[in-house]
Amino acid sequence: MGKYLLKRVLLAIVTIWAVATITFCLMNMVPGGPFLSEKAISPAATAALEAKYGLDKPFFERYVTYLKDACHGDFGLSLKQRGRTVMDIISTKFPVSARVGGVAVLVSLLLGVPLGVVAAYKRGTAIDSTLSVLATLGIAVPSFVICTVLMYFFGVKLGWLPTLGLSTPKHFIMPVFALAAYPTSYITRLMRSSMLDVLGQDYMRTARAKGLSQKVSLFKHALRNAILPVITYLGPMIAYTLVGSFIVEKIFTIPGLGGEFIKAINGRDYTMIMGTTIFLAVFMVIMLLIVDIVYTIVDPRIKLK
Amino acid sequence: MTKKNPLSLQLKFDPEDFLPATNEEKESLVVMRESVGFWRDGARRLRKNKVAMACLFVIIIIMIFAFIVPSFYPYSYSEQIQGANNMKPFEFSAEEQARIAAGEKLFPHIFGTDKMGRDYAIRVMMGSRISLLVGMVAAVIILVIGSVYGSIAAFAGGWVDLIMMRIVDIIYTIPDILLIVLLSFALKSPLKTLASIKGFHWLSVMGENLVSIFVVFALLYWVGMARMVRSQILQLKESEYVTAARALGASGGRIIRKHLLTNCIGTLIVITTLQIPSSIFTESFLSFLGLGVAVPMPSLGSLASEAINGINTFPHLLFIPSIVISLIILSFNLLGDGLRDAFDPKLKN
Repeated sequence: MGKYLLKRVLLAIVTIWAVATITFCLMNMVPGGPFLSEKAISPAATAALEAKYGLDKPFFERYVTYLKDACHGDFGLSLKQRGRTVMDIISTKFPVSARVGGVAVLVSLLLGVPLGVVAAYKRGTAIDSTLSVLATLGIAVPSFVICTVLMYFFGVKLGWLPTLGLSTPKHFIMPVFALAAYPTSYITRLMRSSMLDVLGQDYMRTARAKGLSQKVSLFKHALRNAILPVITYLGPMIAYTLVGSFIVEKIFTIPGLGGEFIKAINGRDYTMIMGTTIFLAVFMVIMLLIVDIVYTIVDPRIKLK
Repeated sequence: MTKKNPLSLQLKFDPEDFLPATNEEKESLVVMRESVGFWRDGARRLRKNKVAMACLFVIIIIMIFAFIVPSFYPYSYSEQIQGANNMKPFEFSAEEQARIAAGEKLFPHIFGTDKMGRDYAIRVMMGSRISLLVGMVAAVIILVIGSVYGSIAAFAGGWVDLIMMRIVDIIYTIPDILLIVLLSFALKSPLKTLASIKGFHWLSVMGENLVSIFVVFALLYWVGMARMVRSQILQLKESEYVTAARALGASGGRIIRKHLLTNCIGTLIVITTLQIPSSIFTESFLSFLGLGVAVPMPSLGSLASEAINGINTFPHLLFIPSIVISLIILSFNLLGDGLRDAFDPKLKN
């Protein structure tokens, strides 16, 4: 276990380093500095600005300084939002994304798992085929389509739900629905196929034969085994949903991290882009690591390599 | 002839029993049915799958509209018709109505026009063309890179495999959407400079943004394919025919090409087909954020994104591209599932 953990942590660190390096190189490939859009400033002022943010130093030196600072959790100052550090912006924006994302993750788990179980248990019936049609639709329809269609019918036409911001619980309904549609459908499909697999196992017959009720055998024996693939999917899913979908945040004007990232890219806010990317990469890698460990605890059949 | 005795136990033969058998009779005695090859067997199974066939039909229809119809369609996707801004479907502008009154025959704007006065039907068709193109070209790139990389890693084994798969692991854990957004943004201007160099003019013909999307997909999305191919080839390379080929002196490259990759062709087809919708998905996502293809070239994502501002008054501008993109992705997904059942049932989990 220890050796395996060490290997995974090492791989995680290499991944984060790779992300940091790729992002840094990409950022320097893009011509047009962050101060170009400013109204005609003198070359001297530009030079002073560049000196302030260390942009005048050679490429490699900046890279080393950046990595060193990033290891201490210091991503520097934002180039566009004057006087604010990148960490400060991330720590105010991330909770907003995480709140919507967290609700969406919960919704997709609470809906997806039972729906998958029902579909597998009622295999071949109308319920099963309806659910599979819905799940296929949920996977195929892009999130911007779901967002805009929801917004049109419930926000504009019927006027039932507010379309901007996140001030009341009612505001959460549409963004959460749009965020949860894909993971819910995916979990339903995953759950259905693994449940079908488990229901055909010998130990299920044994459980019924020794007199366990249908309900107990289904929820105690089958669910525990069938939920494993869902756990694997959970890692990347939580990471992506928590950090916020760019599209959903853009359409519903949610002041989250995804929107901030797009804004930073368009404004060439180098430090902000780097900071957000590395933050997300670290988050994602940690999520994957946790899921891997949880998985091996939940399923002792899996041998650690 | 002697009369037959119904009670006799002796076998009685008629002269016609000794005639040579006709061809028909001979055939009816052949027990073996005609041997069915891999392709025909798969195609037969696919044809039985009604959902997959319906999806194939939908895809073909959309392809006809995306690639053939625009060449003889009376309007062009970038042509701005004077005075015909924001028309409803099948509506004509005052100017056009005057021309019709004068006896001229005008093709109706089936989906109306957008706020610049461009015919929306042709824009949706061109948008579908871009989306389909992105999906298919990206799938081919991914197929090539993924299968070559995966098969080399599996065939070579040992530390080569180890290093190659560690690289795959790293790319796999990198958050892809982030890097796609970053890359497509960063690649734009280097490609533009490249296009101005002589000999690279084709880049600007295709559109730098489109090329950068291909590069991004090629760089990031092959890892899934590589993993799949590797796991298949790890099994296949233990087969007797590989040992036989090696004993006959075949080189590694030949064994991979002629024996290993041809034997996992089912997996390759299925994964490539399933890759198409996910590439289209990502492209529409990028275009929606304004990082996709360049104006005036439409893409289904950018059409939907432009229509959002007018959602109150012109909802059809939003719904048409949304429905088309959902239909494309849905059909490719279901067709991929059908192909999987037909050509590679083992993949079904």
